[in-house]
Amino acid sequence: MDDHHHHSHDHHHGHDHSELSDIELRVRALESILVEKGYVDPAAIDVLVETYETKVGPRNGGKVVAKAWADPSYRDWLRKDATAAIASLGFTGRQGEHMVAVENTPQEHNMVVCTLCSCYPWPVLGLPPVWYKSAPYRSRAVIDPRGVLKEFGVELPETTRIRVWDSTAEIRYLVLPMRPEGTQGWSEEALADLVTRDSMIGTGLALRPDQMVAA
Amino acid sequence: MNGAQDLGGMMGFGRIGHEPDEPWFHAEWEKRAFGVTLAMGATGTWGIDASRAARESLHPADYLASSYYEIWAKGLEKLVLRHGLVTEDEIRLGKALGPPKPVARMLKAENVPAALAKGSPTERPAEWPARFSVGDRVVTRVMHPSGHTRLPRYARGKRGVVELVHGAHVFPDSAAAGQGENPQWLYTVRFSGPELWGEEADPNLVVSIDAWESYLEPA
Repeated sequence: MDDHHHHSHDHHHGHDHSELSDIELRVRALESILVEKGYVDPAAIDVLVETYETKVGPRNGGKVVAKAWADPSYRDWLRKDATAAIASLGFTGRQGEHMVAVENTPQEHNMVVCTLCSCYPWPVLGLPPVWYKSAPYRSRAVIDPRGVLKEFGVELPETTRIRVWDSTAEIRYLVLPMRPEGTQGWSEEALADLVTRDSMIGTGLALRPDQMVAA
Repeated sequence: MNGAQDLGGMMGFGRIGHEPDEPWFHAEWEKRAFGVTLAMGATGTWGIDASRAARESLHPADYLASSYYEIWAKGLEKLVLRHGLVTEDEIRLGKALGPPKPVARMLKAENVPAALAKGSPTERPAEWPARFSVGDRVVTRVMHPSGHTRLPRYARGKRGVVELVHGAHVFPDSAAAGQGENPQWLYTVRFSGPELWGEEADPNLVVSIDAWESYLEPA
């Protein structure tokens, strides 16, 4: 099977600047004209890109999950009013205006998708990975989530219910993965290192302590 | 519209390519396409629903063959043309041939953090009491609007249960068409796997969508 098929667009160009691809030329022309017309400040584009490259990412969500694991009253608040509980840690704004946290249990595993576009909780996870926005995941997550999970190396018992949340509105879902065993007494900081991006989308599980060695 | 964006349940796309240590962007042009799309959104000329509608109006073959930021760039081209902010000749040349059309505001670099922190909440005061409550049995409408909608095809005409009530939110079907926000109550509605996909489906699967009130009828 061809694992690279989905992002073949991204790897065929961008290396040789003397030979720009159609899309590079197209985006460059679009930006130029919008800047020249005075609609766009190119420095604002720089700040937008820099923000999502350096300031926002799944470490934010990891802090939310670790706090929920360590502090039952925070967990209850998160389950009741995720927008406020997440904002209390400083994570707010665009694509996280209306948050809901859904909690994995031995009986139920949650997984998030946006079949219609690419809705994703930016303030806690950053920008979505290519696979999340691509046709294979968006098409299969709602009809064959167990097959999807298997591809991500996650096999759950048949008796575990799979609960898929298709983000068709402006509600953004954060999965609260199960806390790994053998982490009693860990600090929030140490717990946060176990929380992967995929575990908060629901296509992965939190790392076990023995999986941390390589990280 | 029944466009290529409505992917739930389609088959044949193959494996999900999971890239370890994936970078935030795969090329410089992706950064510019991302940033220019957000910056143009900040002019207030259109909203997120109109942006999605523009992307969905790509020819299905083009949509499916395009990477995600290609879809964004092509959608943005459609929007700036439709709103008369630039002409086709100007896009082709990457050069202004006439004066700009006034826009509500321009996002300056120093205002980016505040704009991102504020976001664009979609909840609005409710203009009527919620028609449904948690636990109510509902059926989604069978409808095939030619304009924008957020009711995916796989979940039309299906029986489900209201799981969450989210308050009243901007109605995308209306907002995308430039016909106003017309907020409606928004619900999370869950469906069983077999209800959506037939008897052979995983009985231990539950899928939910977020559905505006007019997408639903009592079951």
